Amino acid sequence: MAKTIVELKNVSKSYGETTILKHINLELEEGKFYTLLGPSGCGKTTILRTIAGFTDATTGEIRFDGQKINDVPANKRKVNTVFQDYALFPHMSVFDNVAFGLAIHKLDKAEIKQRVQAALTLVQLEGYTNRGIAELSGGQQQRVAIARAIVMKPRVLLLDEPLSALDAKLRRAMQVELRNLQQRLGITFLFVTHDQEEALAMSDDIFVMNNGEILQSGSPVDIYDEPVNHFVADFIGESNILPGHMIKDYEVEFGGQKFTCSDAGMKPNEPVEVVLRPEDLTITTPENGKLVVTIETQLFRGDYYEIVGYDDDHHEWLIHSIHSPKDGERVGLTFDPDDIHVMRYGEKEAEFEARLDAYED
Amino acid sequence: MPHRHTNWLYGIPYWLWIGLFVIAPVALIIYQSFFNIDSHFTLNNYATYFHSGTYLQMTVNSVWYALLVTFFTLLISYPAAYIMSHLKHRDLWLLLIILPTWINILLKAYAFIGIFSQAGIANQFLTLIGIGPRQLLFTKSSFLFVATYIQIPFMILPIYNAILDLSPSYVNASRDLGATNWQTFWRVIWPLTLPGVKSGIQAVFIPSLSLFMLTRLIGGNKIITLGTAIEEHFLTTMNWGMGSTIGVVLIIAMVIIMIFTNSDKPTKGDRPS
Repeated sequence: MAKTIVELKNVSKSYGETTILKHINLELEEGKFYTLLGPSGCGKTTILRTIAGFTDATTGEIRFDGQKINDVPANKRKVNTVFQDYALFPHMSVFDNVAFGLAIHKLDKAEIKQRVQAALTLVQLEGYTNRGIAELSGGQQQRVAIARAIVMKPRVLLLDEPLSALDAKLRRAMQVELRNLQQRLGITFLFVTHDQEEALAMSDDIFVMNNGEILQSGSPVDIYDEPVNHFVADFIGESNILPGHMIKDYEVEFGGQKFTCSDAGMKPNEPVEVVLRPEDLTITTPENGKLVVTIETQLFRGDYYEIVGYDDDHHEWLIHSIHSPKDGERVGLTFDPDDIHVMRYGEKEAEFEARLDAYED
Repeated sequence: MPHRHTNWLYGIPYWLWIGLFVIAPVALIIYQSFFNIDSHFTLNNYATYFHSGTYLQMTVNSVWYALLVTFFTLLISYPAAYIMSHLKHRDLWLLLIILPTWINILLKAYAFIGIFSQAGIANQFLTLIGIGPRQLLFTKSSFLFVATYIQIPFMILPIYNAILDLSPSYVNASRDLGATNWQTFWRVIWPLTLPGVKSGIQAVFIPSLSLFMLTRLIGGNKIITLGTAIEEHFLTTMNWGMGSTIGVVLIIAMVIIMIFTNSDKPTKGDRPS
């Protein structure tokens, strides 16, 4: 197991009556790409700021390399930040921006020059040293901001929604580049975003947050396939979420029918929520379908059709398919037992994992 | 859509104003400066100005005291603006700073005469702590004190706005890269608020060059500035030509200051070649 480098223990943050963070526990290991994912105002940037040292935790411990760093000022912490608005100094050239931290640490001129050049080469901006910040495009400013942080050789790089100001195409290109950069440098990245696609594409591990709490953490695949609750299922990807009952282990009832599933460890007849991902639903003939829906609308999304249908109980079903049915057509939907994911009401991540461990052996 | 040929109409008030209240007065002063006291055309006013030790002395005095006033004003205003911008009720504090500018300068001057007089509150205090009473009024220091007091709001306002415009993430970025508070101030905050400081210097230095009421009422004419000289020529000696000549010199001094403090382009730091 890789070495833990940053650790938050029971960290809470409140301003007067408002609580921003509630008992946050997280560990970041060396050399991994982590993402804090959640809607705006969920506290993800506050976590970043407590690690960077721009704000302090009301209670709890922040540890770096096993040492408590709650009282270490920001300028003494071995982490660097890429800011959402880049915060490049407008009165300095690209070179001086990237050299800022090195000059503060009084390195000699030759070494500064060599390291700045290396950092700018890494972000493909060699030859831009003398430009002013205002002369750069958004994407270029983004790269300078990254270069300014990585030139410091931090052990942890904090990135606060760094791609949110870029257009869609550039954003996708930067996602790939950031991921490559992280792998090449072997630095731990903690990336904050509200964009679930971005999080799924880039991360080794994701922390899904809402209302100042970490709801679930795990690999992108785990979180996508096994969301712990309604919020996570809804926030990550698209989903059909229905109320149902757990009849017994490996059998669930929803929409008035019983289905075999791969979940267990719940009370008999416990009310649950059932998640079916739209891409796991396959359109077939009404006779062969486990469910029958009437097609309402379809949107062509380029690589698939986004189809909305209603079953006879007027539940809405979202289906992703590469084949387009006719509007108003009655079609059957099939899916595998593995595609059904059952969520208990109010189950926390720890309980969820314990239950999974209990029956997955 | 307005017609193209009517667009110039909107410019009329602006050009009228500029013409009547900026160009015409300056032109009149320049014209006037070429006439002697008997209304004969002459270049002697300028010759007198540059050959007489008195006028040059006054010029040096004016510039020197304007510099001192500007310096002290800046020394007080920057920290004041910085602290104010971080206060909770900063708008209220700003209002309190601006409030005295609504009071006529003469009223403020007379108020200070009261405060600094032999029996005034300042001397009462000095007596209380055992080092008074002293001659406060009609000294150079009292002139500097009151001039600085009067100019402070004009310096605080632009600096305060510049500090408020400074994005806090610049400060965070600087700290993040290892800079101490002091390094952050000198390398980031100060250079980025410099435009505000320059506007403040313009707003204070230029009027300070020609303060003449205060030199008389508070400074007791211990300091004769160009402002005083102009007033004397226009109102006492009736030598309008000479007065205008000094006026032209002052205008040129102002233009020079404007050029020096108007480098809008952000300066890029020195970088290796």
